[in-house]
Amino acid sequence: MENKKWYKKGLRDGIPIGLGYFAVSFTLGIVAKKAGLTAFQTFLATALTNASAGGYAGFTAIAEHSTYIDVALTMLIVNARYLLMSAALSQKLAPNTPLRHRALVAFDVTDEIFGISVAVEGTLNPYYNYGAMTVAIPGWSLGAALGVLSGNILPNNLVSALGVGLYGMFLAIVIPPARKSKIIASIVIISMVLSFALTKIPLLNGMSSGLRVIVLTVVIALAAAILFPQKEDENAK
Amino acid sequence: MQNNVYIYIAVMAAVTFLIRVLPLTLIRKKITNVTLRSFLYYVPYVTLSVMTFPAIIEATNSVWSGVAALVTGVLLAYFGVSLFGVAVSACAVVFLIELIIL
Repeated sequence: MENKKWYKKGLRDGIPIGLGYFAVSFTLGIVAKKAGLTAFQTFLATALTNASAGGYAGFTAIAEHSTYIDVALTMLIVNARYLLMSAALSQKLAPNTPLRHRALVAFDVTDEIFGISVAVEGTLNPYYNYGAMTVAIPGWSLGAALGVLSGNILPNNLVSALGVGLYGMFLAIVIPPARKSKIIASIVIISMVLSFALTKIPLLNGMSSGLRVIVLTVVIALAAAILFPQKEDENAK
Repeated sequence: MQNNVYIYIAVMAAVTFLIRVLPLTLIRKKITNVTLRSFLYYVPYVTLSVMTFPAIIEATNSVWSGVAALVTGVLLAYFGVSLFGVAVSACAVVFLIELIIL
């Protein structure tokens, strides 16, 4: 059955994501603990939000006894990049995909799951995302809850090593198309150079990483769209 | 005001979900505007590249192990190694280099 096949494929591609999440969400658990959350509350918060920077910003706001409105606004800014990712994913799904599938896919649009979803050939089957979510969500929320319970139980050098796994995945997604297309190769290089520049240039380097992602994505992708419009239905590829 | 942790969590979850669900449910058709469609086509490449660099060299205990992970990742991905293979190799390179230099 088609859905089952996609679910299994998602499960397989989700394993490195789940493992990477498990390692990095320990740190998030430590932040949650400092904010006074219990392991259960941390598990709940991370399983419901599935966001790294969002979780971090949320827990920091809780620690500071911010107002609910402040927390809402912070989440909006820190997670705004997901708006762009979801808009891009809306073009990957078959137009007749029912609402419930759209909502379930939306629930776990993370940097990593977005990454593997756009890398799928052709139309995206929601079951691919469900497979990835099956390992990613427990990896993420259990890691954070264990972080609360035990502090950092993983040795520091292991956390350091596992921390690059997610970036390795991003490279595995952008490099192969860059090899085939000079336009995409240029976009990848320009994006990295400008991203680096924005973290170094005085005055601009105070920008949060979430904001940097949004600003550069809008500017560079828009410039590319105007200079190199995609003629045919290449989104479907 | 008594601030309740569960309300905080509900606010976090609700805002985050709305951000993700609105585009996916409201944009139901294939976008026909060429510029907008091209924009969304390029979004993933920019977003993932910006998130990868310089974060990859800041995530590790040493800048050099991060640089090694970047070079390894780019090379392996260029020669068609799978997602899982690239991710694991990047981790392994960091682990080994930090064993040597730290």
